[in-house]
Amino acid sequence: MLSEKEREEILEETKLYPYPKAACIDALKIVQHHRGWISDEAIADIASELDMSRDEVDGVASFYTRLYRKPVGRNVILICDSVSCMIMGYESIYDYISKKLGIKFGETTSDGRFTIIPNTCLGDCDHAPALMINNDHYNNLSIEKIDLMLEKYQ
Amino acid sequence: METPLTKYIKPNQAPLDLKEYEKTGGYEGVRKVLKGMLPDDIIGLVKTSNLLGRGGAGFQTGLKWSLVPKEKDVAGVRYLVANADEMEPGTFKDRYLLEGNPHQLIEGMIIASYAIQAEKAYIFMRWAYKKAEVIIKKAIEEAYSAGYLGKNILGSGYNLDLHLHTSAGRYICGEESALLNALEGKRGIPRAKPPFPATSGLFGQPTVVNNVETLSWIPHIIENGSDWFIKLSTSGEGGTKLYGVSGRVKKPGLWELPLGTTIREIIEDYAGGMQDGYQLKGIIPGGASTDFLIASQIDTKMDFASVRAAGSRLGTGTMMILDDKTCPVAFIHNLIKFFAKESCGFCTPCREGLPWVEKVLMKFEEGNATLKDIEILEFHTKYLGPGNTFCAHAPGAMEPLQSGLKYFKDDFLRHINEKHCPWR
Repeated sequence: MLSEKEREEILEETKLYPYPKAACIDALKIVQHHRGWISDEAIADIASELDMSRDEVDGVASFYTRLYRKPVGRNVILICDSVSCMIMGYESIYDYISKKLGIKFGETTSDGRFTIIPNTCLGDCDHAPALMINNDHYNNLSIEKIDLMLEKYQ
Repeated sequence: METPLTKYIKPNQAPLDLKEYEKTGGYEGVRKVLKGMLPDDIIGLVKTSNLLGRGGAGFQTGLKWSLVPKEKDVAGVRYLVANADEMEPGTFKDRYLLEGNPHQLIEGMIIASYAIQAEKAYIFMRWAYKKAEVIIKKAIEEAYSAGYLGKNILGSGYNLDLHLHTSAGRYICGEESALLNALEGKRGIPRAKPPFPATSGLFGQPTVVNNVETLSWIPHIIENGSDWFIKLSTSGEGGTKLYGVSGRVKKPGLWELPLGTTIREIIEDYAGGMQDGYQLKGIIPGGASTDFLIASQIDTKMDFASVRAAGSRLGTGTMMILDDKTCPVAFIHNLIKFFAKESCGFCTPCREGLPWVEKVLMKFEEGNATLKDIEILEFHTKYLGPGNTFCAHAPGAMEPLQSGLKYFKDDFLRHINEKHCPWR
């Protein structure tokens, strides 16, 4: 079941388009914002709210990279693996974080604190290497800065 | 040197708010067109200015607008969409404009909407641009309260609603017809063309999709005219361009310079030249989907015609530098991995071909490639080229590969002969 708040927020979005179904991506984002990820149950909830089939909603949900169909940690680290960051050494940044947290790309720490995901270009190429944690951008990264940066996210 | 687009953008400072923007002459363009210009006059002016689309394709903006059918021929809503889904590897120019001068974009959108008689406009923005999201939302609210958006704008009888949509993340959504599907809440898969968006776009209605940098030009062209605009460039194509450089240069960054500035000037005078100990080996001039240029082509002018004549495309104008300490095969492999991952999966050659190319490049990096693999790569540059796939995604991916094979063939061969990557 959608919460009252989720339903209200989705309704607001549907007003911006000629028909409710067009707000599907916004609805998925809203539900993910409240629940952390998009479960099968969430797919069903959105389908009935927007008068779509579950498969149709899942087709949309599974297309977009920032919609999570599996649970993720409380904090998501998105490491840019595109070419400018490669030249400037994202691999050593990833290796350090991966070793420190004991997880690889696509994995979540056992305490649920972090998930690491590779990400395409973050538009920070002139300050590469770059990454995002949740909604925060970090650039000009060096290994020395990482410990302190991760401390902020519990 | 004039820098109309970025004049009021101060690094690490908040962008101009509505009042400050108005003090610089902001929204005068909206007043001017709503009080005394016919939509066709605006389209005519933008046409004579020769404003070429800054998203990468370089299609003439005025011409694009003129393809929208008149209201008497097609009924119903028409739409304007700002493409702010910047996700081309190596590209960070629209972010600068979105974060730095949001009202300039909004004013451009209002004028463009009026020119095509749109009553709804959307900014389709990349999810990762969180700072820009906050800035744009605030600017839209300010524009509504000042009466530049909404019903009966400045008493002219013209109505326009503008909304921000942040994407859920896929490179292909930067392709305009995929963007429209995404904006309709669907999977972001490109559409067959024709019909082009001008006749059947968002929700099946006439639609124009323009890049952020393109739309940001409109208020300036209205204010200063087309002659002024054309004279800004060194090559007659018109305007300045946001140029960026990333990679092993001393001062990576972004600069607004006359369209037609040479690669040498941009790299040496603005980006400070190569870092000590690194040599320039190749240049990707305008984002991941453009062909390599090499060091001997450094005097090429960065405009649409000159870069095309040199064998590549201006694209987004934000160049990536390949230095001599970076393996060209690894560089290309990284690009192809990106394209393989970002294929929308709709058409078979792209969905299956790109991962195949990626695997073959992996063999080179691991030292297991043979001469046969060069043939396989060359085969794909033709069969994933223009005309063989549903959209330009795979052909774009083949551009750096085909030129890489041409210019860095010896480096590919070294991987085969030495059975490992010589750079590792």
